[in-house]
Amino acid sequence: MQVAASFLVGLVFGLGLILAGMANPAKVQGFLDIAGLWDPSLAMVMGGAIAVALVPFALARRMPRSLLGVTMSLPTVSRIDWRVVLGSLAFGVGWGLAGFCPGPAIVALGTGEAKAIVFVIAMAAGMGVYELVDLRTRRHALVSAQDRLLKE
Amino acid sequence: MTIDWTHFTPWASLAGGVLIGLAAAAFVLLNGRVAGISGILGGLLFVPPEDRAWRVAFLAGLIVALPVWLVAAPMPEFRIDAGWGTLVVAGLLVGIGTRYAGGCTSGHGVCGLSRFSLRSLVATLSFMAAGFAAVYVVRHLAGG
Repeated sequence: MQVAASFLVGLVFGLGLILAGMANPAKVQGFLDIAGLWDPSLAMVMGGAIAVALVPFALARRMPRSLLGVTMSLPTVSRIDWRVVLGSLAFGVGWGLAGFCPGPAIVALGTGEAKAIVFVIAMAAGMGVYELVDLRTRRHALVSAQDRLLKE
Repeated sequence: MTIDWTHFTPWASLAGGVLIGLAAAAFVLLNGRVAGISGILGGLLFVPPEDRAWRVAFLAGLIVALPVWLVAAPMPEFRIDAGWGTLVVAGLLVGIGTRYAGGCTSGHGVCGLSRFSLRSLVATLSFMAAGFAAVYVVRHLAGG
């Protein structure tokens, strides 16, 4: 059930991105080009999405289990640190350069265009780099914590 | 600032946004999770196998969205202006950046703001600002 729900949600999400114009990199860049000929359409996307998602998210917070009976796994991190700021800045630069963010890039695979495929491969590689570096830092932190404990 | 009226599609974009919001709402109510695409994709290779099926299903739904769309509607406008080198650099930045930030336009922008998360607001303002800056450099300074 969860897998079927995920597929349908992904499909509706993707159709929404296409209808909104988010899946067209040229339109995304037109939205980000406030100094030139500015196309403000995409501001409506986030507005429309948040307007309908507000109440369900408020309900979800009070639910012990989801409607399909699984434990809720909502984000618990609320810390504002350099990772969220610098990470978002790097993401924003990439988003502006290509006109792709992760969801629309996956949708664009459906066009079969080589450029979309290359972008997704580079994006997945970037995520892989993060996992490797982050894993190493976490392991390093664990080892130094162990060392400290052993010395005491 | 000049508004690009010929490309302005407020109703289609609003309707698309509503679909995205409904999808995110259904996902949190049914699966108890936030529909953050970078997290769903980024976690794919590094999670235990039993946590993989729903991620693959979600991404498959995204990939078949265009073929499904084409059953009932004409091919939407689709244009990539960036060159190959730029796409590779941009892809790497999007991949690394979204994972460090713990979310992208969907996870922070749509779901996070709907949860009134301050962390997501900081993330959204940061990637929007960087996006505006990057396009300014590409279109107005680099002579593109």
